[in-house]
Amino acid sequence: MSEKILEAINIYKEFHDPVTVPVLQDISFSINKSEFVAVTGKSGCGKSTLLYILSTMDTDYKGALFIDNEPMKNKKEAQLAAIRNQKIGFVFQFHYLLNEFTVLQNVMLPGLKLNKYSAKEVEHRAMEKLTMLGIEKLALKNANRVSGGEKQRVAIARALINDPVIIMGDEPTGNLDKKNSEIVFDIFKQLALEFKQTLLIVTHDEGFAKKTNRIIEMEDGRIN
Amino acid sequence: MEANQFAAIGVTFSISMFITLLSFMTGLNDLLDGLILNRTPHIRLYNEIKPNKDQPVNTTTAFKDHYNFIRSLKSGGSRQEIYNSAAVLQALKNDPRILGYAPKIFAPVFFNDGSISIAGVINGIEVEAESNYFHFNDYIIEGVAADLKKVSNSIILGKGLAVNLLADVGDIVQVTTSQGEQFPLKVVGVFQTGIQDFDKTQSYASIVSVQKILGKAGTYITDIQVKLKDVKTAPAVAVVYADLFQLDALDIQTANSQFETGSFIRTLISYAVGITLLIVAGFGIYNILNMMIFEKMDSIAILKATGFSGRDVKRIFLLIALSIGFFGGMIGLLAGLGLSALIDQIPFTTASLPTVKTYPIHYNPLFYVIGAAFSLITTYLAGWFPSRKASKIDPVIIIRGK
Repeated sequence: MSEKILEAINIYKEFHDPVTVPVLQDISFSINKSEFVAVTGKSGCGKSTLLYILSTMDTDYKGALFIDNEPMKNKKEAQLAAIRNQKIGFVFQFHYLLNEFTVLQNVMLPGLKLNKYSAKEVEHRAMEKLTMLGIEKLALKNANRVSGGEKQRVAIARALINDPVIIMGDEPTGNLDKKNSEIVFDIFKQLALEFKQTLLIVTHDEGFAKKTNRIIEMEDGRIN
Repeated sequence: MEANQFAAIGVTFSISMFITLLSFMTGLNDLLDGLILNRTPHIRLYNEIKPNKDQPVNTTTAFKDHYNFIRSLKSGGSRQEIYNSAAVLQALKNDPRILGYAPKIFAPVFFNDGSISIAGVINGIEVEAESNYFHFNDYIIEGVAADLKKVSNSIILGKGLAVNLLADVGDIVQVTTSQGEQFPLKVVGVFQTGIQDFDKTQSYASIVSVQKILGKAGTYITDIQVKLKDVKTAPAVAVVYADLFQLDALDIQTANSQFETGSFIRTLISYAVGITLLIVAGFGIYNILNMMIFEKMDSIAILKATGFSGRDVKRIFLLIALSIGFFGGMIGLLAGLGLSALIDQIPFTTASLPTVKTYPIHYNPLFYVIGAAFSLITTYLAGWFPSRKASKIDPVIIIRGK
């Protein structure tokens, strides 16, 4: 049970524009396998900034970060991209689907990049994920032809395609109505319980946070 | 996607213009060069009337160590006839570098019309060789070249000359040789080269007729016109034959250097214009890709977030640029071919060029290869900087901005 998926040690970050302001200080915590963690806090407390550091997209910080027991410091841009591809699944507030492609192709894209399975297998796996989320009948529709709630579910399927060790969400329900928010939450819950999926979700939705296993509360760039 | 099509149309336009321009310009070039060069031998073998280089005084051993001054040297003694012409022709026939040759007699004469005499030239020719290698047939506007051989004592006059002599096909013209002999010849045709001065003085008769007029033997010829397989070797081959048979040999490059310069400059201009078109299209593609990167910021950000590296993103944009170049270029090549074919159909008749009926187009696969290569190269270069920019986009800034 003590398998550490993600560990942050003394993470510190400052913004320089227009004056140097520390936005994150002394952030140290770890997340174990199959934990469902919510990071909450008021707007501007630095929770999104933290998420981007944890997701390896932001490399301008001090401190240490381990994902799957692998240090993330001093890695090249392409190596970090490979780690994101293989180990992290993203769900953002906005779905970021590519309108030029179908739903299925959108889900397949990170899988094709990983190049672990053949295109045929990736397609099969993508269909599985869509079926799991109950949107298999949308597979061949163009990405801009499905509703907002459905788009977010497609985005979750895309996050799952490479069986990541952790799924990170940045306000994944921020743009959704109550009904769709609940659907998305239920999906996360199901992933955590049935598939032992580790989840780290940044949200300011108190109701959402309360239903998770663990809440990390942030204030003024620190963890309470 | 619409922007891509727009960029592709830009490439299509410039490639088709490039192809059309080059085909048309080269066609015109060939036409203008052909005007002179078709009728010009690659090498002309003849005897120049000039003083002997080896004066007797130089050959005696008595004055070997002296410097000899000889004044009032005259060109007498040397003849226009090519000595031992049969052996020369045999040597030409066996030379693999030579495509063909046509012997010729150059005979200055006067054409008599009543009380006036018009100075002119009768060229004694072998009709088949002259037609095969020097396009003689193409310039006949009345009558048939072959009649020179069939009808004895016949002549084909230049257009200008025929007009001046008021002679039509079937008439008889009187000629006087430089020796004072008068001779009647029957007009069997009229030719027109498009060069006025030439058409006013020149005429053609068969070799046999001219030998008869001049009172010479059956081996008498004054010129041999040689056509080579590769025109570039003309100066080298000319030197060999000049040495071998003690003749004067004039190669086409020396005789007509101004044509080569002219066509080189014209070709240069058409390439310059064509390549300018492509570069302008390249800037268009650059702009469109730049715009597209702003449009596609979100897509680039999510690709990067889900594990595509900067290099992958760059490759995708370069691929888009190259496919614009490829498809735009392909259609451009086809459109260029179509446009050239269309111009090829436009009537173009001019009095000086009896065989030309439409605008000339030169179809050369090389133009298409250059066009294709250039469309890919310009689009690649035009795509390079926007792709680099795309690869450097920081996904955090885009995703946080929402």
